[in-house]
Amino acid sequence: MSFGSVGIVPGDDVVGGPEPQPVTKGRKERPRPWRIAIFVLAALYFVGPLASAFKFSLIQSNGSYGFGNYGQIINNSAIRSALITSLEISAITAVLVVVLMLPTVVWVRLRLPKLTLMMEGVTLLPIVIPPVVLAAGLEELQSHAPEWLVKLLFNHPVTALTPFYVILALPFTYRALDNGVRSIDLHTLVDASRNLGASWRQTIVHVILPNVETAVLGAMFLTIALCLGEVVIATLLLYHTFPVALIQESLSGTAGISVALSIITLAFTFGLLFALSFLAGRRHRPSSGRMI
Amino acid sequence: MIRFEGVQRQFGQVTALAGLDLEIEKGELIALLGPSGCGKTTALRILGGFDRPDAGRVLVNDVDVSSMPPNKRDMGMVFQAYSLFPNMDVRTNVAFGLRMRRREKAKRLKQADELLELVGLTQTADRYPYQLSGGQQQRVAIARALAIEPTVLLLDEPLSALDARVRTQLRAEIRSLQQRLGITTLFVTHDQSEALSIADRVGVMQNGRLEQVDTPEAVYRHPATPFVAEFVGAMNRVSGRLGDAGDVQVLSQRLKVLNPNSMESGAAVYALLRPEGVAVVPDPAGPGEVTQRTFLGSTVRLEVTLDTGQKILVEQPTQDAGVALGDRTGLRILVESVIVEEMVPSSAP
Repeated sequence: MSFGSVGIVPGDDVVGGPEPQPVTKGRKERPRPWRIAIFVLAALYFVGPLASAFKFSLIQSNGSYGFGNYGQIINNSAIRSALITSLEISAITAVLVVVLMLPTVVWVRLRLPKLTLMMEGVTLLPIVIPPVVLAAGLEELQSHAPEWLVKLLFNHPVTALTPFYVILALPFTYRALDNGVRSIDLHTLVDASRNLGASWRQTIVHVILPNVETAVLGAMFLTIALCLGEVVIATLLLYHTFPVALIQESLSGTAGISVALSIITLAFTFGLLFALSFLAGRRHRPSSGRMI
Repeated sequence: MIRFEGVQRQFGQVTALAGLDLEIEKGELIALLGPSGCGKTTALRILGGFDRPDAGRVLVNDVDVSSMPPNKRDMGMVFQAYSLFPNMDVRTNVAFGLRMRRREKAKRLKQADELLELVGLTQTADRYPYQLSGGQQQRVAIARALAIEPTVLLLDEPLSALDARVRTQLRAEIRSLQQRLGITTLFVTHDQSEALSIADRVGVMQNGRLEQVDTPEAVYRHPATPFVAEFVGAMNRVSGRLGDAGDVQVLSQRLKVLNPNSMESGAAVYALLRPEGVAVVPDPAGPGEVTQRTFLGSTVRLEVTLDTGQKILVEQPTQDAGVALGDRTGLRILVESVIVEEMVPSSAP
């Protein structure tokens, strides 16, 4: 097909439908005193204990202040290995959860909307069933399952814990992703993408995923936070993950190291939160200078 | 050429398509017109591959595409809702179909720019959908649909979300593009003026069936069924009686009957008259009274209530309508022949 000189007369500024969003500049408003007071009180409430904990974590065994406890953590191969294991589990779980749940959510919304209520119920089960019960079930599986399966699953904490953390993360990830998918005109976008020649995989990767990016990041963040905090299953199955190491250190009597570990965990979690906020902010700033 | 052959589609108890047969010639623009739920969008979605028929088949150039997925059909579609991908700028949106076809990046961006020029939106290439007006978004959607050089262009009420002025302007632009590119097009709308003004042929649908497919003028002037007559344009049903010579006596005038069929002479019938087929004749002793007067710019629409209680709609040029609200008036039929429908007790207006 040749387009030649065919065309609509340029300069006809067709408008109609919703108007484009107007250019707005951030309006600077002087904060009111009572707002500042509430902010300071809230900051003291949150920052006070954190600052105290941080100060406590700096007290070294000889009574002086320094980063000795942090140094011991870094040099402690057991803690380091536990942290690496937990990070591996977190990353794999977060990716698995999105890979499994995003297409599921999209499919339910598009093709099986009647199953929405059932999905909400099923994904709540990990909250209804206590982790202890899950762990007891896992122990049963460990003792009765064929040897090859036990070896395959339970020889390494990553293969043993990841599947169950995926299940534990369902209540949070399903809702985060479902909210994200609800916020876009899924039917039209999918139809448009398919009509233009995209396969289902291409539609999810190129069209849906970028438009629910914030929800996906939120789901991943919640999953990572869950993996870094889960102790019941890991302890009962005798795996040495980061939260388990944290508890063991606090029980061993070296309180300074335990608090330093808590500070590191918090810093890591906050780091993730800020990364999420940054990425979400970038999502709404498609390219420099074009934000209106 | 596109052919629907006995296409049926059922949604639970609702029949969306009850055996649709339709042929669309190459380069032709057909508008499917009908009320909500008549099956026109279902027909378009089946042609686009978004839905599958329960029975019958759809052929494109004699190839049965009934079970072919939408991404394999090479059909461009413009949707009723704004369908640009929010995460992509205008140029990337237009080039998306080419990217899916693995065209070289430089080539596809060049082609996207050509298409944006075609729809007069070169200056918006770097903008994002939320920075465009509704009319601009639909023009980009048209460019995006054309980018893949489709065998068929599907338009699913693409103008319904726009205001009246833009709608009129854009439909003329769509028609102009379609004619110059010679692309076979199926246009779905519930707006009769849109269908009549844009299409080579109009298909009027009701309850999943095509009532009539013909040129816009034929559909308007020679409706095949009472439904088409009353759905396309306004229509008066004026009581009359069949004469012996294939004529009918209506409002004291004798008119030729276009569809005498098997109706017997002397039968009571309704003559179907367009408002513009009747004119008022100011007459203080006339048989009717002007009970409504609506100024429409170049024309005036009048409702004349006859002494018998029957209401007749009249539309005539403003300068010829020398009557005011409450005036007595006579009526003159301007056409020489009419379609009639047999009067049955339940069809009394």
